[in-house]
Order: sequence, then structure tokens, then C-alpha cells
Amino acid sequence: MANENLIEIKNLVTHYITDDGVVEAVNGINLSIKKGESLGLVGETGAGKTTTALSILRLVPDPPGKIISGEIIYNGEDLLKKPIKEMRKIRGGQISMIFQDPMTALNPILTVGEQIAEVVRQHNDVTRAESHQRAVEMLEMVGIQGERAHEYPHQFSGGMKQRVVIAIALACNPHFLIADEPTTALDVTIQAQVLEMISELQKKLGTSMMLITHDLGVVAETCEQVAVMYAGEIVEYGTLEHIFNHTSHPYTEGLFGSIPSLDKSVTRLKPIKGLMPDPSNLPSGCSFHPRCEYATDLCAERCPVDTEIEPGHIVRCLKFEDGRHGEW
Amino acid sequence: MIRYILKRLVLMIPVLVGVIFIIFTINYISPGDPLVDILGIEASAEQRAAKAHELGLDQPYLVQLGNYIWGIFTRLDFGTSYRTNRPVRDEVLERFPTTLLLTSLITCLSVPCGLTFGIVTAVFQNSILDYVVTFIALAGASMPQFWLALMLMLVFALTLGWFPAIGFDTPRHWVLPTIACGMLPISTLTRNVRSSMLEVIRQDYIRTARAKGLGELKIIFKHALRNALIPIITVIGFQVTSAMAGAIVAEQIFSIPGMGALLISSIKSKNYPSIQGNILWMGLMASIINLIVDLAYAYIDPRIKAQFTRRKAKATKKTAEAKAV
Repeated sequence: MANENLIEIKNLVTHYITDDGVVEAVNGINLSIKKGESLGLVGETGAGKTTTALSILRLVPDPPGKIISGEIIYNGEDLLKKPIKEMRKIRGGQISMIFQDPMTALNPILTVGEQIAEVVRQHNDVTRAESHQRAVEMLEMVGIQGERAHEYPHQFSGGMKQRVVIAIALACNPHFLIADEPTTALDVTIQAQVLEMISELQKKLGTSMMLITHDLGVVAETCEQVAVMYAGEIVEYGTLEHIFNHTSHPYTEGLFGSIPSLDKSVTRLKPIKGLMPDPSNLPSGCSFHPRCEYATDLCAERCPVDTEIEPGHIVRCLKFEDGRHGEW
Repeated sequence: MIRYILKRLVLMIPVLVGVIFIIFTINYISPGDPLVDILGIEASAEQRAAKAHELGLDQPYLVQLGNYIWGIFTRLDFGTSYRTNRPVRDEVLERFPTTLLLTSLITCLSVPCGLTFGIVTAVFQNSILDYVVTFIALAGASMPQFWLALMLMLVFALTLGWFPAIGFDTPRHWVLPTIACGMLPISTLTRNVRSSMLEVIRQDYIRTARAKGLGELKIIFKHALRNALIPIITVIGFQVTSAMAGAIVAEQIFSIPGMGALLISSIKSKNYPSIQGNILWMGLMASIINLIVDLAYAYIDPRIKAQFTRRKAKATKKTAEAKAV
């Protein structure tokens, strides 16, 4: 049972269909997360991380967003085939999400207590008073005095608001938590606190987590599995050890090259040259090839497929196909 | 809060003095002579001079203005109507209930209709329903009020005979004027509510509400509508004010004995005190409606309420400091 996947994403494709063309945000990703495990989803802005997360909850804004194909298996059932009524029972109750921007994620005209109590009432058979009691408990759990429950979002600082958002997400003891850049909007000092809090709560409640971030340091601290996303695809997937010590995909390499290291002395960081491709106009073949320093002519023609280079370590790069092991 | 209301009420005084000044000056400098209307065209120069002296029209501008304002603030005397020789105050207060009733009816019709149509068109954006309602709203906003009033009269009073065409005595009389005046506010509100709702529905906190697993009705009424109402309240306040003043056309067409009818006849006959009294009363009503709108903001939006309480907290702190000194 311990090895059973709590959630499994198979070949998920999500596009935004606009008048100016189709934005290919997520292009066939495969992921699985076991019970109690955390997965870090890493990538640049616009790589499709948030769209992936919203797809799981079926909250991609429609129009223009559309989940084109794929399966999201949760507890043996495909979420994409569920009627909306059952989906609502899962949202907030079993799967919940911490949103990216705490400044706008809270309703400005409802007290924070009510915003937490509301989700408790939605998924549990409790009275109004009990739900507010739970809201106060949740606030205290995330380090806010319980008596502030009757205050409004504008009376809280950014970090405090993020804590409230976390309290909402955890109020119903979810089985699966999606944390979408929970620390991006926060000061560095608060970042560490919030991350520590999430990990602690996650361990206490036995929740699985998908942590979306562009910060590899955060991933190293909190996650066991890592998926690196580029232009709507997962280009490298494996354990923390695989990604950090056996870095294989050129893009992942580039990511590590662009953060400062403590044990190597380099005068200049090496950023990945070029920009993220426009998702409504992706390059042919491997979508990373225009920026890749190992690219060959073949890369512009053939789309790479997932290759398992060691047990549990999957790379999507032509360099590793046909038993090449990274050598051309 | 009470402190704030009192402060706003006191601040109305300079606003109303400003209204008096403007309307008095316009009357003073506008061409035409009220004496012609009062005494007739054949009156002699002596008769005119005597009447002008009696009404105080021979005095300098500033003296006249000063006397008028002094009368209002000391005796609540708004002057005497040239035509009827009765106090303007009594005449206005006699007519006001009719106008207030018409305004209330228009508001009671337009606010629920406008909100409903606005919400429906926003929630079912780009559906057939949205297109149809939006088209009707656009038509309603483009139709001149007097034309609509005449058409309603023609169809429902003359041809079908369902409602009386003129007068304002029984509820049956109220129907046509209310619809004629309500059409424009309904259309304006519908379009405002629609755009405001669409704006709010796109906000992140609506997505948060969805992620909580709430049902659509709860999302729309609890989370979206209350936020969307904040800009809408301004529109409603403006609608009520303009319904009060704008009923003039309908009052003329449907022969309703309201303030609008009185104002028009006063303007025609250069009945200065009556014009001033009417306008001043409308100004007072507009100020009160604005105050109600501001208070409604505070009721809906805790951020605005916080400003009131903060101001109060500051004030109590100041008095405490003053006492300490």
C-alpha cells in the first residue's frame, strides 16, 4: 500500500484556445505522486506549472482553457471524467491548493475566519459555530492569533495572508496539497518560515504534496521527487538524488548553471541563453533545441520521448535515446 | 460612525449655500422680468415699481441674496411664490410626496430588474440569453424617455385601455410612468452590473472560492456579487438622484402633480422663489442620497469602514491628548 500512487497524471494536454491562436501550455505530461510524498515541479515562468496544477482541480479558466486529453487518476478514478458535483466534493476537501499570490487570493469583504470556516462547512457536517472554532484552530496552527479571525484580509501583511491561504487549504485535512509558488510573493525571511510550516503540517497530516516553484533550493529542502518542466513538457523526472547529482537533461544542467554554488568558485553565473519559447508558437522537434548547447540538426526534426536512464530517472532528450547515454 | 454622519450633515450646509448662490445668480442675471408675469403686460410703471419694491426686487443683488439666505437659515423661509402668494416651503412639501413616491417606484422596479439582468448576462456570458438581454438593455438606454412615455400611453392607455393615461391617484395610475422612467435606469444598471460582475468573476479570490468546492450559487452571491456591488452602489445613487430630478419629463407627459411639474411652471413664469425652493430641495435630497451611498459603501466594504473607525480612533486619541495637556 505504501507504494501506491495517490495521484497519477497520464499524458495530460491542456491548451488555451484564443482568437490569436492556440497556446500550448501543457503538452503531454506524466507524473505520479505516492501517499505522503512531495514532488517538486520546477521550471521557468510560463512553463505550464500552474496550468498543470489547475488542470488537476479542473479549474483552468474555460474559456479559453481546455483540457484536450489525458487522464488524472486519483484514488483509482479519473478526475477528468467526474461529474462537476463530485469534483466539488474533492476540491478543498481531498485535494486543495495554495495559490500563488496571497494579495489577491482572499476575498476582501469577508473575514478571514469566515473564509476558513466556509470550506470546513462545505465538506463537513458541522454547525456554523463549530466551523468558526475550527477556523480559529487553523489560524493558530499557522501562527496567527485566534482572535484575529474576525479581521479582514486588508488588516494582514502579505506573509500573514499567505498563512491564511495555507490555513484554508489545510482546513479539511486534504490528502493531496498543491502549493503553487507559496513563497514567491514573500520576503526571504518569511519564505523559510512558511516552507518549514508547510512541511511540518504536511508530515503531521500525512498529506502528499506537489510543490510548484522555480527555486531549486526550495525543492532540495522540501521534496523527495523532482520534475523539471519546460514549455509544457516534463524534460527530466526523478528523485532528488537523480536530479541534483546525476543531472542529465541539458535544460536542468542550465538551471543549475544559473544559480550560484557554494563549493565551486566561478566568477560569472552561466544563464541559459535565449528566452522561453512562445507557447503559441513552439519550435519543431525538441522545444528546447534553440537554446540547447548540445543541439544537433536531428533535434529540430525529431521530438524526444521519455527515456528511463536509471530506475525512476526519466529524461526526455534525444541525447539519451537509443542507448546513447548522453554521448552523441 | 454617528460622528461621521453628523460631520457629513454639517458639511451639507456649504454645499447647499453654494446651490443657493448659483441658482440665485442664474435667476438674477437671466433675461426677462417676473413683473410682466405677475402684473400683466399692460401694468403702469408706478404699479411695477411698487410691486418690485414689495418683492424686494429693487434692492442690490448682494442684499437680495443675503436676505434670501438669512431667511432660510433663521426662519426656514424659502420665500413666497409670486403666483399663489403662498410660502414656497409649503408648496414644495405638498408636491414632494408625489415625486418621492414616483422615485421610489422607479427605484423598486429598476434595482431588482437591473441586478437580475446584470447577473444573468454576466454568468451566462456570450450565450443567446446574454445577447438578447444586452440588446434589450441597449434599446432601453437609447430610447428617449418622452417617446417611450408617449408610446406606452398610446398602446396601453388609448388602444388597450388597461391603464389610465394621466393622473397619479391610484396604483393603476402609477404603472405607466414607472415603466417609462424605469427603462433607462434598468438598462444602465444591467450593463454596469454585467461588466462589474465579469470583472469580479475573473479575480483570484473567485478561483479560491471554486477551489474550496463551493457551488456556483454561493460563489456568485456570496463572493462575487458583494464585491461587484461596490461600484454599482454609486450608479444606483446616481440613478435615484436623476430619477428624482428626471421625473420632470414624465410628470409633464402624464400630468403628475409632482415637483417637476411645479418647477417647469415656475421657470415658465419666472417665479424666482419657487424655482430656488425646488432646486434647493432637490439639492438637499441629492446630498442625502449621496450620504446614504457612502454609508452603504462602508456597510459592504470593510476597507472603507476601517477608514471611518480609524478616523474615530485618531479623534479619540486627540481628545485624550488634549485632556492630558
